[in-house]
Amino acid sequence: MSETTFAEEQSSTEVSSSKTVTLRIAKFNPDHDSGQQFVDFKVPYERWTTVLDAVLDVKKHLDHSVAVRYSCRQASCGSCGMKINGRPRLACFTKISELNSDVVTVEPMNNYPIIRDLVVKLDQMFENHKKVQPFLLREDSEITGPTKEFNQTPEQLEEYIQFANCIKCGLCNSACPTMATDSSFLGPQALGQAYRYVADNRDKGKNSRLKIIDDSHGIWRCHFAGSCSQVCPKGVDPAMGIQFLRGYLLGFRK
Amino acid sequence: MRESTIMKIHYATALGAVVLVAVHVLFRITMGSFSGSLEYEQVLANYKFVPYAVMLELILVLLSVHGFNGLRVILLELKQGRSYEKAVTYGCIAGMTCLVAFGSRTILMASMGMT
Amino acid sequence: MKRNDNREGIKGMANPGRYGIERFAYWLMRITGLGLLAYLIGHVYETSNIINGKSAWENMLSITQTTEGHVFLTLVIGMCVFHTANGIRVMLGHGGYGVGKPARPDYPYTPASQNSMHKLCIYASIGIAALAMMYGLSVLFGE
Repeated sequence: MSETTFAEEQSSTEVSSSKTVTLRIAKFNPDHDSGQQFVDFKVPYERWTTVLDAVLDVKKHLDHSVAVRYSCRQASCGSCGMKINGRPRLACFTKISELNSDVVTVEPMNNYPIIRDLVVKLDQMFENHKKVQPFLLREDSEITGPTKEFNQTPEQLEEYIQFANCIKCGLCNSACPTMATDSSFLGPQALGQAYRYVADNRDKGKNSRLKIIDDSHGIWRCHFAGSCSQVCPKGVDPAMGIQFLRGYLLGFRK
Repeated sequence: MRESTIMKIHYATALGAVVLVAVHVLFRITMGSFSGSLEYEQVLANYKFVPYAVMLELILVLLSVHGFNGLRVILLELKQGRSYEKAVTYGCIAGMTCLVAFGSRTILMASMGMT
Repeated sequence: MKRNDNREGIKGMANPGRYGIERFAYWLMRITGLGLLAYLIGHVYETSNIINGKSAWENMLSITQTTEGHVFLTLVIGMCVFHTANGIRVMLGHGGYGVGKPARPDYPYTPASQNSMHKLCIYASIGIAALAMMYGLSVLFGE
C-alpha cells in the first residue's frame, strides 16, 4: 500500500483546509492485475466535500489513472455508486465529514463485475430491470384513438411515486444478502420497479409481472433483511414494494 | 410447482408445526417431572395413545416439509446452475421422504406395540 | 459463480454487522433454521430407539441427560423460540403487513419498511428466546 500526499502547488482546490483525510482507493484492472490493491492518498476536505470531490481531486492531481464513473454530481444520475467504508453509497451524496473517520476506503460495489478500479458493470441489473416489464401494459394508449387521458388522482399517484424515484444506481443490489451469492436473483432494484408498475392504476399488466417474478430466483428469494432500503439514496424502499408484491402472490392484496 | 405454491406450503407448515410442537412440549412438562415424562413406559404409553401418535406423525411431516424446503432455499441461493439446482431439489425431496419414512416407522411400530 | 463477479459470497451474506438489527435477524433466522433441522433429524433418530426396547431407550437417554446434553437442549429451545417469533414477524411482513405505506420520501429517507415496530419485534423475539432458555435451564437442571 503506497501513500501519496496532495501536491499543494498543483491543486486548484482550496488546500488551506486544516483537515485532511486518507482516501484509500481500491485499484484493480482485470486485464492486467491479479488482485485488488489499495492506494492511500492524503486529501484536504471541507465540511461540504463529498467523496466524489475527493476522488476527482486525486484523479486530477495525484493519480490520473483512477477509474471512476460519474455524471450529475447531485444524486440524480445514479452513476457514482461505490462501497464507501464498507457500505454501498453514492459518492456524490456522501460527505467526508459525515463519515466520522480519518480513513475513507472506497471500493467498487459488490455483486457486480469490476470493469476497472471503482467502475462496475451494471448490465445484469439493467437486464433484470427489463425482465419485469418496466412500462405501462395495456391494450389502448393515450396517443392512439379514441384519444383520452388516463386520469390519476393524487392518492393514486402516491401509491407508486416513491418507487418511481429509482435512479438505477444499483446500491440496493450491492447491499442485498441474497445477491451476495445468488447470481440468478432478480434483485431488489428490479422487484421494486415491478411493484412501481403494478401499483400504477393506469397499468393492466399485474398478472403478467407477477408470473415473471414468481420464479425460483424471483421474489421468494427475498428474506426481508431490508439492507436494500437502508442504502437507497432516494428513499425508494424496495423492501416495502417487494413485500406488497408478495402480498398479491399470497392473496392478501387484490 | 410454482414457487408461490411452495412458499404457501412453507408458511402453512410453519404455522401448523408451531401449534402442534407447543402441544408436544406441553405433554413433556405437564406430566409430572420432565425426566419422568421421558421414562420408557411413559413414552410408550404416549405412542399407544392414538391421537398423540397422529399428532406426532403430523409434526414429523410438517417439520420435515418446512425444514427441507428451508434447506432447499438456502442451497439454491448459495450456488446456481441447472444440474446443481436439480440435485438440490431432488436431494431435499429425498431427504424429506427418508426422514418422514424413518420417523413414521418408529411411530407406527411403537403405537402398535412392536417393541 | 464467475470469478470476476465480485460477489460478496457467503461471508458477505452472513456478515450481520453492517446493516443493523434486521440483517442480524436475517442471519439468525438462517442459523437457527439449519440448527433446528439438524436437531429434528437427530431427535427422530434418537426417539427411534423406543422400538429397540427399554435398555436401548435408556442408553440413548443417558447420553442426552448430561450437562452438555441439557445445555444443547437449552440452545435448541432458544433457537426454536426465536425462529418461531421472528418467523411470525417475517411472515406478516411478507404479506405486506406492518411495512408502512408508500409516501413521497423526505430526506434523510428513513425507510418505512424498517420501522421501529419491526425492530421492537426482533428484540422481543430475542428476549422471549432468552426467557424460554432460562425456563428450559430451570426445568432441565432443576430436577
